[in-house]
Amino acid sequence: MSGGYVAAIDQGTTSTRCLVFDHAGRMVSLAQHEHTQHFPRPGWAEHDAAEIWANTQRVLPEALALAELEVGDIAGVGIANQRETTLVWDRSTGRPVAPAITWQDTRCADIVAEMLRGPHVELFEQVTGLTPAGYFAAPRLRWLLDHVPGLQRRARTGQLAFGTVESWLIWNLTGGPDGGVHVTDVTNASRTLLMDARTLSWDQRLLDALDVPAELMPEIRPNVEVHGTCRVGLPGVQIGGAFGDQQAALFGQTCFAAGEAKCTYGTGAFLLMNTGEAPAPSARGLLSTVAYAIEGEAPRYATEGSIAVAGALVQWFRDALEMIGSAPEIETLARRVDDTGDCYVVPAFAGLFAPHWEPDARGVIVGLTSYVTRAHLARAVLEATAWQTAEVVEAMTADTGIAFTSLRVDGGMTTNHLAMQMVADVLAVPVERPLGSESVSVGAAYAAGLAVGYWPDLEVLRANWRRAATWEPAMSAASRRRGRAAWDRAVQRTRGWVVED
Amino acid sequence: MPGTIQSIERAAQALHLLGAVPEPLPLGELARLLDLPKTTVHGIVRTLCEVGFVVQDPATGHYSLGSGLADLGRAVDPHLLRARVSHWADGLAARTGLAVEVAMLRGPTAELVAHVFRPDGSPQRLRVGELVPAHATALGHVLLAWAPVASRVRELALTAYTPTTPSTHVALGRALQLARRQGWAALDGGLTLGTAGVAAPIHHQVGTAVGAIGVVGPSDQVLQPSGAPHPGLVEQLLAAAHATASTLRDRL
Repeated sequence: MSGGYVAAIDQGTTSTRCLVFDHAGRMVSLAQHEHTQHFPRPGWAEHDAAEIWANTQRVLPEALALAELEVGDIAGVGIANQRETTLVWDRSTGRPVAPAITWQDTRCADIVAEMLRGPHVELFEQVTGLTPAGYFAAPRLRWLLDHVPGLQRRARTGQLAFGTVESWLIWNLTGGPDGGVHVTDVTNASRTLLMDARTLSWDQRLLDALDVPAELMPEIRPNVEVHGTCRVGLPGVQIGGAFGDQQAALFGQTCFAAGEAKCTYGTGAFLLMNTGEAPAPSARGLLSTVAYAIEGEAPRYATEGSIAVAGALVQWFRDALEMIGSAPEIETLARRVDDTGDCYVVPAFAGLFAPHWEPDARGVIVGLTSYVTRAHLARAVLEATAWQTAEVVEAMTADTGIAFTSLRVDGGMTTNHLAMQMVADVLAVPVERPLGSESVSVGAAYAAGLAVGYWPDLEVLRANWRRAATWEPAMSAASRRRGRAAWDRAVQRTRGWVVED
Repeated sequence: MPGTIQSIERAAQALHLLGAVPEPLPLGELARLLDLPKTTVHGIVRTLCEVGFVVQDPATGHYSLGSGLADLGRAVDPHLLRARVSHWADGLAARTGLAVEVAMLRGPTAELVAHVFRPDGSPQRLRVGELVPAHATALGHVLLAWAPVASRVRELALTAYTPTTPSTHVALGRALQLARRQGWAALDGGLTLGTAGVAAPIHHQVGTAVGAIGVVGPSDQVLQPSGAPHPGLVEQLLAAAHATASTLRDRL
């Protein structure tokens, strides 16, 4: 190990990026290329895995060149990826057998419905800690096996490989058809619906239940471990880690202890809390998942709650209602007034998600009076993100008995100070933002750096975390109770809107 | 009465035409409608593109009105500036180890629109929204030096917070002149003794600044004994200010 820097590949939904970090965890370089989104039918969303691999090969040298570095300067590389995006490729040609089915794709609804009616629901829940749902990878793999001609047969022969995107990239970086390493990490594997959450291995009964040949499956590895050495892209550099993107952000925010939590506010929002050394199955519609595993140590678990519509509501306010010219301007508009004028916006655009799970709900704006102006609406739009966060946090606290003492935030919406102040107000805990907004990539880089010995331990990484801003709660307990009760009433109004004709 | 300036008149005609047609126009069509040679019209629309009043579709090469015209007379939104500056302000704090502040002019004072904590883990309070006296801070000097309305300086109440506060119009005028000449401002102990700042303008339109970005900290961490900023500091500030300015040009 000679390098003075660590690289991260952030393979996201819209682009593939390479970021280079120094020993203090500071970003020194960023290169990025977007890839094509394919929507061949309503509800379908696909990526070309070959394009993603080609983009990966472009961003690696570009990121090095931007910082005037050479391959020898890189001590290790880590990967963070869009989760649940599913692909199958031919081990001998290295070519995908079909387009990758992304996490946004809803074509597997029928397969999931069948799983829920079938005899194995309880087994899935017991083993994985999860209730079968459309966002996991296994139903997508089943769909491919059903619909790509000859795939089921070829899968049994061992000619083919299944993986989420990190598997695909690691296999290609380590040589592809010429000796590529076929592995996945525990966080990505925990989103397949096929992994035993305790043993962190594939469960044969679950594979059998979905008739998935074991020959397809990658080996499950810890997040922090040398997976192999790059033969292309960054020749000679060790791949020291891989992570699903939200778990990578939890790791990058250095939430290593039980009770530490982060929320990434983007189009949607993802709140993950470290729950310690035992899985925390949820009675309230949250997802139990692996937080991270370090080679030779017990794995850590997390509970996850997602908010489907956060920044997306601001975009809707801008694009559909044309109330503002750019997303940040919502804060200017909202600050013209001191409260929402008692109006509430519940963005159940595609039903209610965690912790309610009501697909028949639809969005509402309630409490309208002639007093309400667009400034009040702007405030209600921002408050919706805060109240949805509060609902997820309450469910987590009820599930785990762990009280929140603070929340670390990242993502584009953290530049909206009014929204972040509202989150602090409704949670009644301080909300903190770290320096730099690249928690996902930082997490991947940390995994790689730990694996290759670039950083000695988690404490050093913890010391790298730098506070850039804190929002202290400033709302009275009485207002919080009143607002929370009103939000509940507003949520009630969304239920049961969609009816069969 | 002096005659009209032909090129301005022609540019105005081109803008009127582009505003009147429903679709982007190719150069030839524009030249025909204006009854001018293509080369002349090309010069006009290229210039209008440069200043943001006209845009050219990269695929077809056709011309239409740019957002620069609609933006005339509209101030840059402070929260848009915060969203755009955030990435660069974070990088500046990470590299310098100093707190970063971004301010816009509000009347005779500077209002903080963004603030990144000094990255040393010490307890700090978010100061966004606070008003700071423009004559007593490096941020304020930059805002005054590049203000669109020069007379502002004469309205200021020049309170002497410390012995080094520029508290006379002569002293302030000299500091602003120096800032304009060197392209940035530094001030030691203007508001509090032992605290110094260096700031640079975030330019939007020609000659004026929409805001200022600066670093603040203990004087010895910002300035050398000679009073000059530590090596590299000004370059990093100017780079962050420039990068922010270029992201302000494309709207979200």
